[in-house]
Amino acid sequence: MLIKTVFAGFGGQGVLSMGLNLAQAAMLEGKNVTYLPSYGAEVRGGTANCTVAVSDEEIASPVASSPDFIVAMNQPSLVRFQNQIQSGGVLFINSSLIEAEIPRGDIEIVRVPANSIAEELGSPKSANMVMLGAFTKKSNLVSVSSVIEELKSTLKKKQKLIAINQKALMIGYDLV
Amino acid sequence: MNGNSAIGEAAIRAGCQCYFGYPITPQNELTEYMATHLSRRKGCSFIQAESEIAAINMVYGASLAGSRAMTSSSSPGISLKQEGISYLAACELPAVIINMSRGGPGLGSISASQSDYFQATRGGGHGDYRTIVLAPSSGQELADLTHRAFDLADKYLVPVIVLGDAMLGQMMEPIEFKHEAPDELPVRSNALRGAKGRPSRIIKTFTSKPAELEEINWSLFRRYQLIKKEETAYEAFMVEDARLVVVAFGIAARIAKGAIKNARSNGLRVGMLRPITLWPFPSQKLKDLSKKTKDFLVFEMNMGQMIEDVQLALEGKGAVYFYGRPGGVIPTPTEVSRVISRHYYQKGLKSAK
Repeated sequence: MLIKTVFAGFGGQGVLSMGLNLAQAAMLEGKNVTYLPSYGAEVRGGTANCTVAVSDEEIASPVASSPDFIVAMNQPSLVRFQNQIQSGGVLFINSSLIEAEIPRGDIEIVRVPANSIAEELGSPKSANMVMLGAFTKKSNLVSVSSVIEELKSTLKKKQKLIAINQKALMIGYDLV
Repeated sequence: MNGNSAIGEAAIRAGCQCYFGYPITPQNELTEYMATHLSRRKGCSFIQAESEIAAINMVYGASLAGSRAMTSSSSPGISLKQEGISYLAACELPAVIINMSRGGPGLGSISASQSDYFQATRGGGHGDYRTIVLAPSSGQELADLTHRAFDLADKYLVPVIVLGDAMLGQMMEPIEFKHEAPDELPVRSNALRGAKGRPSRIIKTFTSKPAELEEINWSLFRRYQLIKKEETAYEAFMVEDARLVVVAFGIAARIAKGAIKNARSNGLRVGMLRPITLWPFPSQKLKDLSKKTKDFLVFEMNMGQMIEDVQLALEGKGAVYFYGRPGGVIPTPTEVSRVISRHYYQKGLKSAK
C-alpha cells in the first residue's frame, strides 16, 4: 500500500519538520519511505511544502500528483493543493488560519485549530505538533509511539522541548 | 538522510581525503556535509574554492600527490570543470566528480534533469579520453556508487563521474552504509610526495612529439577497452518475457519501474533495462535482449540523448521509441504508464504471439 502525503504552509510553521518527523517515524517502523522537500528560492514567511511517501513496497516516485492526505497549515496552501487530493482522501486544515469553505464533497475534512491550541499551551510554535498529532491518529500511517520516539531522537537531550512537543502532539492526537 | 549528505558520508567511508567544492544549488548539502565532517578527520582537507575551475584543479593537485580526492557541482559548474577533467584523464590520475544535475542549457533551472548525459558520456572536455560514468537511481545507490567510484578511479587511474540529479540529492531516504572509513590507504606508486632518495618523477600532459602522444593515447585506449569488458553494469527488471523493454537511467528509471508495475498489473508484458554505468554502456545486453524483444521505449528527462547509445547498440535490430520531459519537469509513473500502454497497443504487442 503506497500512501502519499503533502504538508504545506508558511515557511517557519514547521511544515518540513512535520513531514520529516513522519518520514523518520515510518523508517523506524521498517517501512519504505521517501521525503521530498520543495526546493526553490524559498524564504521565511514564503510558502513551503514537502511530500512524504510511505509504502510496503519499493517507492517509484517521491512526487505526489494526487496525494492521499494533504495537511494545509495556511490559506495559500489550501488554494494550491485542495484540487490535487485524491477522491476519498483526507484534507487536514489548520482552522485557526483558514476560514474558507471547501467546495469538494468527495473528500473528508479534518479541522484542527492548531494555532489556538498551541497558544493556549503557551508555545505557539508547537502548532505543527498539534496538527501532526491529529494527522497521526486519523491517517493511521505510523503509531504515535514511533512519532514520539523520533521526536526524542531529533531533540536529543532538550528535555523541556521534548515535553512541550509531546504534550502538543498528544492534544492533537486526542482531538480526532 | 538526504542524497547529497549520503554521498558525503559514503565518500568519507571510501577514504576520501580531500574535497574541494564551490557552492551551487542543488548540491550544497554535500559541500556542507564535507565542511562539517571531512574537515574534522585527521589528515583530511576541505576547501571551499574560489571557483569551480579552482576546485577541479585542487583535485588535480591532490590526486598528483596521491590522495583520494573529490569535487562536486551541478550542471553549469560541471561545464567549468571540463578542462581539469581532461588534464586528469591525460595524466592518468584518479578522481571522483559528482554532478547533481539540473535543467539546462545555460543557467537553466534548479530542478532535476538528465540533460547532461552527452556531456558526461562523450567526454565534456577536449581530447581523446573517456570517463567512467555511474548513474545511481536511489539514495542507497548514491552511497554505494560513490564508494565504487573511488575504487574504480584508483583501479584504472581514470576520473569517474557520478551523474545524479537534483531530486536524488534533495530526497531523503533510509540509507545503509556498508563500509567503515579505512584508517590508512596504500599510497599509489606514482604519487608525487617528494623525491628524497630517489630520482624525481615527472607527470605532465604535454609532449612535443606526436609519436609519444600516440603511444599515450593507445595506452589509454587499451585501458578503456578493459573497463568496457570488466565494469559494465546494469539492472534488468522483468525482461524475460517482455514484449516491450523500457530503457531508462537514474531517477527516470525509478519512475519507469513504477509505471512498469502498473502496466504489469494490467497484463502488459513490459520490462526495463537500466544502465548503471552510462559509460561503458551495456550495449551487449541490449543486443542480447533484441533477440527476443523487438520494441524498445527510451525514457529520459531530456529530449533524447541516451537514445543514441540504444540505437547504436541495437544496430537496427529493434524499433526504438522515445518519451522525454526536459527542463526539470518530473514526470509521474502514471504518465509513463500511459505512454507504455499507447506504444504497446499501437504496435499490436497485446495480440502478438
